[in-house]
Amino acid sequence: MKNKVFASFREAVADIPDESTVMIGGFGHAADKPQNLIRALRDRGAKGLTMIVNGAGGSGSLGIGSLGGKPFVDEEILVANRQIKKAICSVPASLVTSKPSAFEKQYLAGQVELEYVPQGTLAERIRAGGAGVGAFYTPTGAGTLIENGKEKRVIDGREMLLEFALRADYALIKAWCADTMGNLVYRGIMRSFNAIMATAAKITIVEVERIVAPGEMDPETVVTPGIFVDRIVENPREATP
Amino acid sequence: MKERLDRQTIALRVAREFEDGAVVNLGGGIPALAANFVPEGRNVTFHAENGVLGFGGVPTEDEQKPYYLGANGIPFSPLPGMSFFNHADSFAMIRGGHIDASVLGALQVSEKGDLANWTFPERGIGNIGGAMDLAGGCGRIIVAMEHTTPKGQLKILKKCSYPLTAAHCVKLIVTDIAVIHVTPEGLVLSETAPGWTVEEVQARTEPKMLVSPDLKEIEL
Repeated sequence: MKNKVFASFREAVADIPDESTVMIGGFGHAADKPQNLIRALRDRGAKGLTMIVNGAGGSGSLGIGSLGGKPFVDEEILVANRQIKKAICSVPASLVTSKPSAFEKQYLAGQVELEYVPQGTLAERIRAGGAGVGAFYTPTGAGTLIENGKEKRVIDGREMLLEFALRADYALIKAWCADTMGNLVYRGIMRSFNAIMATAAKITIVEVERIVAPGEMDPETVVTPGIFVDRIVENPREATP
Repeated sequence: MKERLDRQTIALRVAREFEDGAVVNLGGGIPALAANFVPEGRNVTFHAENGVLGFGGVPTEDEQKPYYLGANGIPFSPLPGMSFFNHADSFAMIRGGHIDASVLGALQVSEKGDLANWTFPERGIGNIGGAMDLAGGCGRIIVAMEHTTPKGQLKILKKCSYPLTAAHCVKLIVTDIAVIHVTPEGLVLSETAPGWTVEEVQARTEPKMLVSPDLKEIEL
């Protein structure tokens, strides 16, 4: 079997080229973000990236979504480093109107592109991408700006919009524990976008707090089967208590 | 100046709407405060869109865990029967009609129950987040908000001027001066804050309201 365990975050992202489409997992909290992979991608410096994410970053520097309001790394460091061309996301702006994020400033200056996607539609488009489904109809967004340019149908008496699946070249995700075959277990709210993005990229790279040998993980508890995971990097230093 | 209900009291009034056995999602701001006021004897299960169902209140600092944070970033305690799930499943619960009620904040609400709560034109950008899915998918949509803006601009309008979150979704509006039902016949004023008259509430509400025959003061 191909070795999936990488020695460093740097090596795990070393082949991500310019102009790639990258999914970045998590809802937006410190515990669900692949913070070290994001930092490694910033250091790698790949440019012209399209990122598929829940939020375009900024909560981390405000300390929203961490214990005690402690700042953490999120997508904003990629935006600030001018690596992002476009974001496909549900939360592109700062959660605090008076403290605009890097993405918000670049968007208002016309320097980055944005595709607004309602959060549930984003999750379902990623799920569909991973499952080989091309598109689906959903009621979310009908009668709002989201419907612009989209095919509409009335199904079961409700207006629904045609939404297309999303796939990526790479997915950077966070889990709690992996075995060396790539089976993943999460803790608490870590599943969020991580567990669905794992299925929807050509190369899925996961940051975990511990790696165990096959057989040490109870197969009844596996959330993401190893078939979806290509690369694993362990970061025991930031292990969750 | 007449006294308006504070945010905690608005939340307290909202929480009386939670039925025994209901599953409820709370938005940020005033809605989130309603978790603290579930009436005694009622068992309410809370859902957070970042993937948790059946969580409890804020734990003491040394019992907080980084992976036990709700969608608003506030730590929660584990409760017996709690479950975790991914985002696609979380929004299957929302969009699929499995959540009984959602309490949301609002920038504007129309007399037909249209909701605008994700952006205003001057900002040039906004956060849809999960609001469109929640507003369109949950059983009963309750808006909890201040009746007017800090500058006194009206928020309950004939038609929303801000971009919509969802059309025809709001069923109940709880504000710092009134409780208003959205009905096919129009808005029905059913409760007023202590000391507020129907005329005073109407003066701060653009559409003409009907007055419930059972009109009463909001019980505190």
